[in-house]
Parts: sequence; structure tokens; C-alpha cells
Amino acid sequence: MSAIHCHQLCKTFKQGDEIITGLDHVDLTIETGEFVCLSGPSGSGKTTLLNAIGGLDTPDSGEIHMGDIRIDQLERGALADMRLRHIGFVFQAYNLIPVLSAQENVEFVMQVQGVSAQERARKAREILQEVGLEGMEDRRPAQLSGGQQQRVAVARAIVSHPDLVLADEPTANLDSVASAHLMGLFASLNEHHRITFVISTHDKRVMGYARRLIGMRDGKIISDETQ
Amino acid sequence: MAVFRLNFNTLLTLSWRNLWRNYRRTGIMLGAIAIGVWAMIFMTALMRGMVDDMLNQGIRNLPGHIQIQHPDFLDDPNVVNSIAEPSGELLLVLKQSGTKRWATRIKVAAVIASERETRGINLLGIEPDAEADISGLPALISEGRFLETNQDKGIVIGAKLAERLETRLGKRVVVMSQDPDNNLSERGFRIVGIYRAKMPGLEEFNVYTARDTLQQLLHIEGRVSQIILVDEDYREIEPLYEKISQATPPGLDTRTWYQIDSYLAAMFNMMDGFVLVWVVIIFLALSFGLVNTLVMAIFERIREIGLIQALGMRPALIVYQILLESLLLLLIGLAIGNSLAVATVKPLESGLDISIVAEGMAMMGVSSMLYPNLTLYDMVLANSVVIILGILTSILPAWRAASLDPVRALNTN
Repeated sequence: MSAIHCHQLCKTFKQGDEIITGLDHVDLTIETGEFVCLSGPSGSGKTTLLNAIGGLDTPDSGEIHMGDIRIDQLERGALADMRLRHIGFVFQAYNLIPVLSAQENVEFVMQVQGVSAQERARKAREILQEVGLEGMEDRRPAQLSGGQQQRVAVARAIVSHPDLVLADEPTANLDSVASAHLMGLFASLNEHHRITFVISTHDKRVMGYARRLIGMRDGKIISDETQ
Repeated sequence: MAVFRLNFNTLLTLSWRNLWRNYRRTGIMLGAIAIGVWAMIFMTALMRGMVDDMLNQGIRNLPGHIQIQHPDFLDDPNVVNSIAEPSGELLLVLKQSGTKRWATRIKVAAVIASERETRGINLLGIEPDAEADISGLPALISEGRFLETNQDKGIVIGAKLAERLETRLGKRVVVMSQDPDNNLSERGFRIVGIYRAKMPGLEEFNVYTARDTLQQLLHIEGRVSQIILVDEDYREIEPLYEKISQATPPGLDTRTWYQIDSYLAAMFNMMDGFVLVWVVIIFLALSFGLVNTLVMAIFERIREIGLIQALGMRPALIVYQILLESLLLLLIGLAIGNSLAVATVKPLESGLDISIVAEGMAMMGVSSMLYPNLTLYDMVLANSVVIILGILTSILPAWRAASLDPVRALNTN
């Protein structure tokens, strides 16, 4: 069964008097366990596609299926539940909740899911250890470096074993060492936990980790290569 | 339920920490809520004390909480409309009713003459022992003494009347009235006491003598104008009224103070309305600050709200989180405001001297000492209004936060 199936996906934005095409009749199928990179210049539609797949944005037309669920027709509450149970997000700007510690940020999704305090604390500590942040559980985001914050965001995205992780330019604000470490982590999680990864990037080194590379331009898929 | 508890803990943690992100703003808002709540409760206690005083004064002038009299007496306070002194079942019920005090009195129109002047007056024949509880007159004696027994031959007049009659303590005056057969009855009295009323108008008209002495003067032995009852609290006289009404013989009229004086009744009934209006007005002033604080708090973290939406927090939970934040702010403000109010009202309960404005206040029937009355009802009302309206006021900013488009919110700098 495919993890994601998009059919004739269209999305436009209005900027002043100008209509900008975000997605132009995109057809895409991503299988469970794939490690996919979306590449292309700024404005090519990578982020728009990720947002549509993640249910953060609604397409103007077309269909998006996640397993058996047609997510483009879900109402806001059901979309929130779907994201909560099935999708992990990693954003370009680390996007942690500043009033919560690293461990609390990781626990947040599990708290909303209703996981018991004991279990979520155990899982959060384990995943923080896995991403190399052991001993930093009680630090607030402002007390962590950019790379450390992004690792907390990754830990939060994967801690409840989602079916799909959507990462939008996850290495954009990281140095090369931190980027390599993060991508190694993604590859490992993909391999060991069969989590499907869809990553948008400009970075050639990140593309090197992908097993499938999709090129985009002007809202269209212009290439789709398996490496 | 377990899921709700976990979610509630999450919401509570987020709300509490968000509240203290900006200490200065939260502190200013807490100060505003606390002062607003303090003003609500403190001013309500002052108003309540003032109205209580006005009502007590009014009831003392009626006098009594319950009166039994001839059905025509209130319209025509003539000696003909007298009733027999209580006896039989009524006397038994009066003695066993548990009322604080009851007494009989005679009230007739009369003329008083000194050596120089003559004036029309209300002549009251009273039972001196009961008067402290009924009208408080003994405490108002400024010269001489109060009446001592039901057979006392002296007379007590107001200072203003003494001035008008150009007479003084110890002098004799002549009092004239009509007996039931319309014959003139007159008698000379020695002035044994002069009183100063809280309402100067009364000093000029109410003149007091002993009940039995007046009965002899009017040839109405065994008869009185009214039976007066005073209970512990003027607000709770219904049970006593029911008991007395049932025991009152047919042909007599039993009335409560609020049935006798519609002005006092209206004042009593409107007080709760006044308090509510006052509390709501202060809250409206507060609500602008509260909404502004919440809007600013939301504006500062639009991106974060987009993030928690992206992570799968339902819009309803975002609304609850903002409302919880508002509730925490209100509860802390209320705790401080209530403490301030209790701390400032309690020391004043023994009396606040407002003699500097006593003349003006006396015109409204308020004495020169104000006794603030802090009631649980008023505190609960003020707290309830702040919480209920505070939450209602917070719904709009909370709803707007939950309605944010996650993509736009996440891209907000």
C-alpha cells in the first residue's frame, strides 16, 4: 500500500494582483518506507507540496490520499488528529515551544495523544539519547545550539513512530557537521523503523542520502529518479 | 477521562508558563484585576453599609419590622382606630415567637404649647423598656433623662422642637388632643428629656410620653394604636410574619416594614441590582486590559500556535489553552483583589467616621458613622462576574488564535 498518493494536485496563491502557481497538476505516489528528497529552486513548489501532504494547506483541486484516507476533504479537527497520529514534522527553523524544556518538547505530541506520563518520559529520554542529547533534557530551547534544537525537533517528530516524516529544509540552518549527523539519523530511522521520509532541500549533500530524488520547477514535477 | 486529564495537564503547563513569559505585562494586568476586584468589593461594602444604615434608620422611624394595627389606622391615624392590648392567643404567640422585642404604642396627632409658642406634633405613648430596640431613642437623649416606666408622667421632646417652642429641660408644656368621643383632652407635662435625632426633621414632630399616661389622657385604658415587633434581622422576617399573621385576630391588620414603606422596600430590592451594575461597570473597564493582554500574548506567539496546530493540537484545545491562560490570570488577580478587600474592609467594620459630610448624608437618612458591610454574597457575585465575563471576553482572542492558518502562522516572523 502506498503511503501517499497525490492526483492532479493544483494550488495557486495570490500575491498582490499576481497569481502564483504553487502546484500545477502534480501526480505523485510515495510508497511506505521510502526516503524521498524533493529538490528544486525557491518557488518551485516543494514546501507547498509538503504542506499539502501534511494537511497544513488545502489544495485548490486534486486529491491527496494517505493510505485509505482522503485527507484533502478532512475538516480541521480531523486533519489535526491525522497529523497527531500519523505525521511528524521537521521545519527549517527549529520551531520548538520556547517555554518547554527539550524533554517536554519531545513529550508534547505524546501528551496530546494521551500517552501516560511514565511512558512518555521513558520514550522521550530514549529518543533524546538516540539523537545525542543525553544530559540536555531539562534545557530550554534558548539554552541549546541550532543543531541541538533541530535534533530535539527531529526527536519530537519521530518519538511516537509516525508513518510519515515531512522535513522542510531541515539542514538549512545547520553547519555541515550537524547536517551530516542529522541526515545520518534520518537514514538510520528510515532503515530501522521503516518510517517514510519526504525531505525538501536545496542541499546536494542531503540529496545524496535520498533513494528517490524528485525534481520540481514552477509547481510541476520535472524529474523522478530512483538512486 | 484519562486522555482529558493528560491534555489538561499539558494545557495547564503551557498556560502557566506562557503567563510568565512577559513578567511586566502579566504583573500590570494582575495589578489592574486586583485593584478592580478590590474596588468592586470595597465600594460594595461601603454602599451596602450605607444602605443598611438608611434602611435601619427608616425602619426605626416606622418603627419596627412588623406592625399590627386597626385596618384604617395607617390611612387615618386617629385615636378612634385603636385596638385592644394583645391578649389570648396573640399574646401567647408574641411571648413565644422568639422575636427580639415587641411592644405596644399609641400614636395620635396633638398640639403642644409652651409659654410662648404652639406647634402641631405626633404624640407617642410608648413602653420605655422596649424603646432601645424599637427606635433607639434612649441613646439619642442629649439632655435630661429618658422615660423610665409605663406610668412616667414626664415628656421627651426633640431639640429642634424645644428651640421652636422657646422652652427647655425642666419646663412645663401643655399637650392637647382628642379622645374617642371627640372631646378635648389636655394635660400639663414637665420636659424630662430632650433628644437629638439623626434626621433633624423628626426632632420637630415626634414627642414621647409613657403609654399608660397617654391612655389616661385620651380615656382609652386597655387600648393602643399599634403592636410593634422587632426581629434580629430586617431581611429575614418572613417566618415571624407568618406566625404572627396566623395568630392575629380577625379585624386587625398585620404588615411588614416593606409593606408599610414602599420607598424602603424599593431601596432594599434595588440594592442587589445596584451592586451587579457597579460590578459590571468596573469589569467593563478591566475587560479592555484583559483582551489587550491576551491579544498581545497571542500576537507574540503566532508562529508557536501554528506549530502546535501542525503537531496535531485540535483547534478546540488551542481555545481551551488560551481560555485557561485567561482563567489563571483572573484567578490570581481575584485572589489578590479579595485579600486586599478583606484586609481593608475588616478594620473599618467597627465604623468609618464620615462626619465631615454628615450634613449632606443626613438628608439621605445616613448617620455620621458608616459601617461597611462585607457580605459573602457580594464577594461571590464580584468573583463570579469577573470569572464569567472574563472568560466570555477571552473567547474572541482564543477563537482567533485557533482559527489561524497554520502555514501562514508558521511563516510569521
